[in-house]
Amino acid sequence: MNNSSSQSVDFPKIVIRPSGGWVSLRLGDLWAYRELLYFLVWRDIKVRYKQTVLGAAWAVIQPFFTMVVFTIFFGQLAKVPSDGLPYPVFAYCGLLPWQLFSYALTQSGNSLVANQNLITKVYFPRLVIPLAACLAGIVDFGIAFLVLLGMMIFYGITPTAAMASLPIFLLFALATALGVGLWLSAMNVRYRDVRYTIPFLTQVWLFATPIAYPSSLIPAKWRAIYGLNPMAGVVEGFRWALLGKGELPGPLVGISLAAVVVLLTGGLYYFRRMERTFADVV
Amino acid sequence: MSDFVITVEGLSKRYRIGRREGYRDLRETLTEPVYLILARFRSLFRRPGVQDFSALNGENTIWALRDVGFEVKKGEVVGIIGRNGAGKTTLLKILSRITEPTGGCVEIQGRVGSLLEVGTGFHPELTGRENIYLNGAILGMTRGEIRRRFDEIVTFADIEKFLDTPAKHYSTGMYMRLAFAVAAHLDTDILLVDEVLAVGDMEFQRKCLGKMSDVARQGRTVLLVSHNLSTIRALCGSGILLERGSLKAVGKIEDVVGSYLTHQSIPKSQFSDKNRRFHSDTLRIVHAATYRDGHEISQFAYGEELEIRISIYADVKYDSISVEAVIRDAYEAPIICLSSGLTFGQLFSLDTGYSCASCKVPRLPLAEGRYFLDLSVGYAGLHFLDYLECALWFEVTYCDPAGTGFPYKQAHRQGAVYVPARFQAFREVPE
Repeated sequence: MNNSSSQSVDFPKIVIRPSGGWVSLRLGDLWAYRELLYFLVWRDIKVRYKQTVLGAAWAVIQPFFTMVVFTIFFGQLAKVPSDGLPYPVFAYCGLLPWQLFSYALTQSGNSLVANQNLITKVYFPRLVIPLAACLAGIVDFGIAFLVLLGMMIFYGITPTAAMASLPIFLLFALATALGVGLWLSAMNVRYRDVRYTIPFLTQVWLFATPIAYPSSLIPAKWRAIYGLNPMAGVVEGFRWALLGKGELPGPLVGISLAAVVVLLTGGLYYFRRMERTFADVV
Repeated sequence: MSDFVITVEGLSKRYRIGRREGYRDLRETLTEPVYLILARFRSLFRRPGVQDFSALNGENTIWALRDVGFEVKKGEVVGIIGRNGAGKTTLLKILSRITEPTGGCVEIQGRVGSLLEVGTGFHPELTGRENIYLNGAILGMTRGEIRRRFDEIVTFADIEKFLDTPAKHYSTGMYMRLAFAVAAHLDTDILLVDEVLAVGDMEFQRKCLGKMSDVARQGRTVLLVSHNLSTIRALCGSGILLERGSLKAVGKIEDVVGSYLTHQSIPKSQFSDKNRRFHSDTLRIVHAATYRDGHEISQFAYGEELEIRISIYADVKYDSISVEAVIRDAYEAPIICLSSGLTFGQLFSLDTGYSCASCKVPRLPLAEGRYFLDLSVGYAGLHFLDYLECALWFEVTYCDPAGTGFPYKQAHRQGAVYVPARFQAFREVPE
């Protein structure tokens, strides 16, 4: 009782009025609600493998068997080159960020609709929802990452100093997923068509990303444009950081980075612009 | 500095309702899908709201709130009343920043907690313990706060034994108790509450009510929306009356409730989806009215005949149908249930098309005042095919069967039902 009244003294005045046009991102609000973000991520992780027999093993099974399929069809039958690396490690190292990305994208794209009971009943910065959906994929990533380490030992690949840059590329992958997820989730509130677009989108995107094949397969003059797919930069970055073969394809990664900044900034503004009608139309 | 913690000025909220309907010619029919798709693509980038006012013509928008203004002092407990669709919930949603107003301004001083629903964000797969933390965080409590109040919450909800059981195995009662317990321990300066008292069994409702009056006594500011006028009168010191989006009265709670009961213009009958609580695709109550001796009428005297006729339209044949009318008093509390199936053992078969059901009460036992009627059709005790809340109202204008000159009135807090009784007095010496 006493503490509640003492809190009120320094609590800032809230002013509610219709906001017009483009608005500030108010990322500070996000910081104020960091505990809610934490709990939503925690919830998604807790609930993720409830009532499954294999549990968290699913985090490994999916990329691992995709890797096996890729190795058989692309590596063995089609003889796709792999930059001189053993094909299984090559493919798995690409699938690792891809799984994180596609999970984060799917979850965040559907997150607002999935959490509509929250949106219509409680106030908090709506950005928390797609952000939490993105972050929840990190646990799966961590588990699948252990398998990669095992494979690297098996194939005798020693990591180089470049491995220290891995967190940057991890962040890069999440930023891409969030950037796209923000656009999709906001549109999904109004047009449920998005829900059916997402699986299709990730499927096409998988083949537009150098996972089953190296980006060196793309003709050199197109490679920079290819970098407009931010995931191309992410995957090449991962291979460079972890497997330490060759040089980082600089221009490609640079363009990917620029693409992600544009995508994310645009996504944030679009999201904030649509945010105020979420509760009314969802 | 003023001592108002909430200041509302000229608050308005416009909602868009469905597309304009009307006839259209073939050219329109053919070109419209193209326009529609183009318009939708454009609207992807345009935020509906302030800017496209001009694009919205009056026909397909509705003012949920219009030019509402009031002030709330620190520590006031304010009841917000009004009929369905008066804008009560919209007002709370704007105050709690869930939705944005179309016009006007609100200033709030203090930390706001809103309880528009109990158990928001509960996850069935998580245990009771985990749900307390999750729900608390969603309502705006910090982890430290939840930890401090944890034992209190568990004791209040009375679920110690099931703390580590997933919530999906809880009974409805336990679930509701836990949900309310978390909400009740929300320690904000300003609390916005919407109808959450209507949960759980009688004993728990009493507990909730007690908790609410504790909260009110602690000097916190509370805005409470409820249909239950007696709850509102018990808890609130002042009130706000909304009618179709506009502010009708504001002031002392007794005055506001009074003007709600007397001066309010209530539509004769309501058959919209707004007061529809259950519905099916194949059966609908299309019309209803009250009759006396075959004449449509809405004013009765005590002891007269009351007939309720309900017109039903059915797309398919129905067997074993029960027709039900619930009489509510002026405070909208149910007082009498007339169920053909449950209370009178009569079931009907309905053919496709229109049918009419009639319910006659030979001698109306009601006190003077206004009464509302819920009308429903369904499988007795199982489920409703159509349920209209407060679809009709009627008045009893005279009730003084004994001719005492002191008419029996609802408004005098004498209750709503008049039952004949005989009194006797005789000499008896206690032992």
